[in-house]
Amino acid sequence: MARRVPVQTRIGFTILAWAIALLLFSPILWTLVTAFKTEAEAIASPPTFLPQTWTLDNFGAVQDRSDYVKHATNSIIVSVGSTLLGLLIAIPAAWSMAFAPSKRTKDILMWMLSTKMMPAVGVLIPIYLIFRDLRLLDTVHGLTLIMTLINLPIIIWMLYTYFKEIPVDILEAARMDGAELWNEIRHVLVPMAVPGIASTLLLNVILAWNEAFWTITLTSGRAGTLTAFISSFSSPQGLFLAKLSAASLLAIAPILLLGWFSQKQLVRGLTFGAVK
Amino acid sequence: MATKQTRALARTMMAPAVVVLFIWMIVPLVMTLWFSFQNYNLINPMMTGFAGWANYTYVIGDPSFTQALVNTLILVGGVLLITIVGGTFLALLLDQPIWGQGILRIIVISPFFVMPPVAALIWKNGFMHPGYGMLGHLWKFFGLQPVDWFNQYPLFSVIVIVAWQWLPFATLILLTALQSLSEEQREAAEMDGANAVNRFRYIILPHMARAITIVILIQTIFLLGIFAEIRVTTGGGPGYASTNIAFLVFRTGILSNDIGAGSAGGVVAVIIANVVAIFLMRAVGKNLDA
Repeated sequence: MARRVPVQTRIGFTILAWAIALLLFSPILWTLVTAFKTEAEAIASPPTFLPQTWTLDNFGAVQDRSDYVKHATNSIIVSVGSTLLGLLIAIPAAWSMAFAPSKRTKDILMWMLSTKMMPAVGVLIPIYLIFRDLRLLDTVHGLTLIMTLINLPIIIWMLYTYFKEIPVDILEAARMDGAELWNEIRHVLVPMAVPGIASTLLLNVILAWNEAFWTITLTSGRAGTLTAFISSFSSPQGLFLAKLSAASLLAIAPILLLGWFSQKQLVRGLTFGAVK
Repeated sequence: MATKQTRALARTMMAPAVVVLFIWMIVPLVMTLWFSFQNYNLINPMMTGFAGWANYTYVIGDPSFTQALVNTLILVGGVLLITIVGGTFLALLLDQPIWGQGILRIIVISPFFVMPPVAALIWKNGFMHPGYGMLGHLWKFFGLQPVDWFNQYPLFSVIVIVAWQWLPFATLILLTALQSLSEEQREAAEMDGANAVNRFRYIILPHMARAITIVILIQTIFLLGIFAEIRVTTGGGPGYASTNIAFLVFRTGILSNDIGAGSAGGVVAVIIANVVAIFLMRAVGKNLDA
């Protein structure tokens, strides 16, 4: 960004960019301030921007109504659990595809990605019936299993692109030197692989956290995650704007922070390294 | 380097992933296909036996199916159009020398992390509600009658919400591609007297083509299955005005308990997705073969 431009141009671009960015951000910002208003103030006309009296009552009301803590716990278990299970299956697969590729490796990768093109509704009914018969409906482990399966192709692709960037020479050196193999793995391979694994983990936690189709269709009260929790607010009670805002804020805050933290990795991860 | 042992080891290491994904794909698909030729209703146990093509003629012949199909195409096409055009514009803007670029990136990407039901509810109640939504206040401020968005423009409203969620993604990917364009190339073009429009058309746009392909692929995968946004806002209505294929299958199969017809709808959804997939995978397959 070393281009020289007149200061006026720079000011103009800055103002325009900030205006558009804040406009895009305004629904989130509005939710944030509304969550701290009283119900009466939330629907007042004309609206106030900042709360005249700040209140934390809405958050308590949300917990009382739908047990936020339980849903958040389910979300954490499902998203972290499915990501770890996915990594367990995906790391060996991606590793072998990256370091011992065969003629069919590209085809297998393409096929794996194509399973992601299968619309969830196309398989919803059988899964629903299988889950009913196996008594997996509305259970956390049933949901974790589904989440693992739907995100597995993405996990494999992401890891594959990261692993492919580890120079093969290093791996061969490690192999030649049999006695030093363990040290090589520990001091060379693991440090090179861990960043890729870490950002894959982060991104899949985000994807699983926000997944709504399966959580809404396969769970109700017991195993519901935050996406199911918040969907229950679409019923008429949801019209309490301040409480709805508090619930929304509670549902998105953890992942929003995680997303900000990992936005650099997001580009690489989600485009399978195809865009640099 | 690929000795016999390493090849065997590689196959063993790949096996779990391949087997798991294969089962995940084939078992439910075969079941869906099987159910789609059966009379099967969860609340009416009297309905059993082979149905022939009855479920298909019922689903495809239903006017709501045609509407759901058209809605699906408008939804996917509309969101792609808004996010690609808007994303290109925003990426070009954020690539300019501006103050606070790092913070701006974080602000712009934020809607992407908002879970779909929350995005839909924020827009429905905080923004588009005619009584106390932000837009309602704005309309009243200018002395206009507030618009009841979800009743008057249901599909458009859903498109706005979904586009809001995906614009950040498109912007971020396109911006990353833009920033990898070498400064020399740009300057050379400028020296040669290429104006801004020509620079965009002959240098920037071809450079971003690959990123645009990726954005189209990833978004289409997710947009074909849009569900939560419809479920918590319009419920597919009024009538079938904002029902897409995903929501129609859910409605038929799960809400109306008609497993046979729902499955037939599911099979049709899979076929549509695969037609789209063949085109997309070709384009991307070429691009990814670096």
